[in-house]
Amino acid sequence: MKYIDEFRDPKIAHRLVQEIARSVTRDWTMMEICGGQTHTLVRYGFEEMLPKQVHLVHGPGCPVCVTPLEVVDKAIALAARPDVIFVSYGDMLRVPGSKKDLFHVKAEGGDVRIVYSPMEALKLARANPEKKIIFFGIGFETTAPPHAMAVLSAHREGLTNLYMLASHVLVPPAIRTLLESPHNRVQAFIAPGHVCTVVGFDQYESLARDYKVPIVVAGFEPLDLLEAIHMLVTQLEAGKYEVGNQYARSVTRYGNIPAQRAVEEIFEVCDRKWRGIGSIPMSGMRINAKYAAYDAERVFGIEDTTVEEPKECIAAEVLMGLKKPLDCPEFGARCKPESPLGAPMVSPEGACSAYYQYKRHLAPVGGH
Amino acid sequence: MATKTQFDGVLTCPAPLPAGERVLLGHGSGGKLSAQLIDRVFLPAFGNPTLDQLNDQAVFSINGMCMAMTTDSFVVKPLFFPGGDIGALAVHGTVNDLAMGGAQPLYMSVAFILEEGLPLDQLQHIVDSMQQAAKSAGVQIVTGDTKVVEQGKGDGLFINTTGIGLVPTGWRLSSDQARPGDKIILSGSLGDHGIAILARREGLEFETTIQSDSAPLHELVARILATEAEIRCMRDPTRGGLSSSLNEIGARSRVGMIIEEEQIPVREEVRGACELLGLDPLYVANEGKMIAIVEPSSADRVVEAMRSHEYGREARVIGTATDKHPGTVIMRTSFGTTRIVDMLAGDQLPRIC
Repeated sequence: MKYIDEFRDPKIAHRLVQEIARSVTRDWTMMEICGGQTHTLVRYGFEEMLPKQVHLVHGPGCPVCVTPLEVVDKAIALAARPDVIFVSYGDMLRVPGSKKDLFHVKAEGGDVRIVYSPMEALKLARANPEKKIIFFGIGFETTAPPHAMAVLSAHREGLTNLYMLASHVLVPPAIRTLLESPHNRVQAFIAPGHVCTVVGFDQYESLARDYKVPIVVAGFEPLDLLEAIHMLVTQLEAGKYEVGNQYARSVTRYGNIPAQRAVEEIFEVCDRKWRGIGSIPMSGMRINAKYAAYDAERVFGIEDTTVEEPKECIAAEVLMGLKKPLDCPEFGARCKPESPLGAPMVSPEGACSAYYQYKRHLAPVGGH
Repeated sequence: MATKTQFDGVLTCPAPLPAGERVLLGHGSGGKLSAQLIDRVFLPAFGNPTLDQLNDQAVFSINGMCMAMTTDSFVVKPLFFPGGDIGALAVHGTVNDLAMGGAQPLYMSVAFILEEGLPLDQLQHIVDSMQQAAKSAGVQIVTGDTKVVEQGKGDGLFINTTGIGLVPTGWRLSSDQARPGDKIILSGSLGDHGIAILARREGLEFETTIQSDSAPLHELVARILATEAEIRCMRDPTRGGLSSSLNEIGARSRVGMIIEEEQIPVREEVRGACELLGLDPLYVANEGKMIAIVEPSSADRVVEAMRSHEYGREARVIGTATDKHPGTVIMRTSFGTTRIVDMLAGDQLPRIC
């Protein structure tokens, strides 16, 4: 398939692996941030291919996973209202809140719809004027522009029955938190290509400079990631710490300016809790005061609650790159995709879930 | 009498469903949730040696004659799709479930649940296409039932078909028969039906229209049986796709499976749609494909026989059963690495990014 097969060519992959093996002289630990990249690394079995000195750890970049339990509980409360059509991306439906998930709400009579685009929520709002349409707006910088456009379009049309339960998160503050940790062992980052398509990579240059870590913006296909790993190893071995752009076919330094403008118009930066990690200052986005009429949290006045995460879950260490999913005694035992204990097992793109789905045959014998 | 023994955690002890639980859409996905419902609700109530085999058809003897019986309900939306409609599908589905047990399909019942307001010309069209499908499969529709529900209580119409057929003497095909070393044969490309339906439902357009592969497989099966090769079991990978079928056979036969990514055919346009929608073709439904697990030295003969039929032109060996990792299906990727092909809990869900 054009534009896909070129980036999955096994021969080129093996050549890149050989080049990485030739360049590497000592152990290096690198982290990819985005769940889509984690999925590719695990699915294609990079660990079986790469030299032992290259350690891949998986970051907190699955938006479904890091959405806090409290927000999922709010979604569940809103979706259960008889006057509401609750609209969400598919993979949020199976995410358990503290008691149940959105599929259960649907089974109990809630009107919950799966969409591919927030624009479909607008169609529903037009077609169902007697109903309140609430869109579950989660994701990183990538999904923020279409969500902003949905609110802007509703505003222009004068639609008064469209709302958003917004819980966006931002990548650079999460990287900063990881690097500030005294336990940090990540020496290089693979930055998320689609996030950078929107916001560019100039923000990453200050991270690289401040913390002396090389960062390479990468795509999502196997060869994208192998090339990014090669670029990082080359920098690490040479003692450099620059921002490289492997995903130049999509990413420019300053990103997509009109998309950024739309986001700035609708959202404001705020503190945000990340499931499995905790609160990170200025790491989220919420709807600003000007568009408060579209903000489901404000309009429906849902109470803030605090929900405890299970203590035996090592999500924080996994998401900070300190441990790997297979290090967890609960992995595949009490914690499975159908009954997750914590964030990274929740969505197929979470690191634990990706290992469970593709790699549990490599778990130590006797365990799991 | 068949007794179920439990080994190595391949089969886990069914716990009762928690009180207050409800039926979820995922219970109908053909994945782990469906299996749970069967293990916890249906088997404890209905269990008997024939049902306990958990094949797609029941095989039993009456006065020395070996018969197969199966039933299936069809709730597909839209009712009409490229490559078929719900009527033809309802015949093919039941014909294929009988054929996978080695049976020659003979008679079929049809029950319609019609929604008030369904245009009669649509019903006529569906009935005509059922009759045509039944005729070409050599099956007679010999009994039926009609119910009508209020508007809003059904998606136009639902169809249930039940079929019976005769199994030639000497054949015993069952999902607990696979043995280490057996070859896994797939009749053709994956995902055509599921993607044809999804593309129509989501209004996706591609350069070429993706057609459902809905087709009767009894003749293909007859050619396989005529080789007199040693066949362990056959399956049509419908709901839940290839992954569910292989995982089920692996679990029931207590063997592992290794399949080769490069040997698994997926049409270009189906791959494209799967990339766009974030789906894996191994989990997408098929309605005109089959897998056969065969004794290793029979594999070439079976592949050749399948290729001689129009529904098996792309047949090939895609993998091998093994005594390692019983109950787990592993794929060797095009990169030479390995990954698990798991059974999903419920339906595949589109991903956010």
